[in-house]
Amino acid sequence: MIIYSLTFYLFSTVAIFSALMVISAKNPVHSVLFLILSFVNAAGLFVLLGAEFLAMILVVVYVGAVAVLFLFVVMMLDINFVKLREGFLQYLPFGLLLGIVLIIELGILFLTKNFPDTSSFKEDYFSNFSNVENTKLIGSVLYTKYFFLFQVSGIILLVAMIGSITLTLRNKDRSKKQVISEQNTIKASKSIIKKQINLGEGI
Amino acid sequence: MDITLNHYLFLGAIIFTIGVIGIFLNKKNVIIILMSIELILLSVNINLVAFSTYLGNLSGQIFAMFTLTVAAAEAAIGLAILVAFFRNLGSIEVQKINKLKG
Repeated sequence: MIIYSLTFYLFSTVAIFSALMVISAKNPVHSVLFLILSFVNAAGLFVLLGAEFLAMILVVVYVGAVAVLFLFVVMMLDINFVKLREGFLQYLPFGLLLGIVLIIELGILFLTKNFPDTSSFKEDYFSNFSNVENTKLIGSVLYTKYFFLFQVSGIILLVAMIGSITLTLRNKDRSKKQVISEQNTIKASKSIIKKQINLGEGI
Repeated sequence: MDITLNHYLFLGAIIFTIGVIGIFLNKKNVIIILMSIELILLSVNINLVAFSTYLGNLSGQIFAMFTLTVAAAEAAIGLAILVAFFRNLGSIEVQKINKLKG
């Protein structure tokens, strides 16, 4: 039990530290790397909680795909990041005040609400840690009770894929790009047509 | 020294707060704002999985998986918008996204 507690504190401390570094690092590449560290530590916490499948999904999907996507974008765009950090200290007092208020409110909420006793969890959790097949259990629920939501999440991913391809497609007539001069010079008289429609006829 | 549900809830609350503060501090940099949103979603996932384990109900882990799906879609679309915006303007300052005001 003591090892469990020490592991929890280790993972959570590193996760919080790296989350702090994500928002305060000067170089966005370092931010992305600390974000990866934060996700890996959260995956470790998931393993502690007995959610092995989600931990592996977190590592594969987040560290392997999303964080690397962030890394690509940060490295590909030629941006002056020093200029973007202006106003960091200016907003610091307000941000800290808001954060302190938020954490106090959440703490009051967690401490006043009595969640069920956790003793049942520990007994049958640690006795058969290796017997519980988390992946099998998730599969038995996901493909029966939540099958519709599973399909909908697939459609969401498809829409996201099509959307990002359409947004970044270059030099094609079908690509959805913004022509600012056209948008600024548009006149209401050209885009709105007034029509006289007789009663009961339609256009 | 026992780790209770409240420990995990406080960890989630701390990471959530860090994410919110990050949005305030880096008001100009869209990439850091997107990363802060990822942190907030991660804290939500920690809460869902902790509740799922401690209350003995698997639905929390299923919903954490759906959260992961939506977060991945959101990150992909957000970064695509960012790239399209950078091509038009040559900068990613949030304050400059007011071109449609005319």
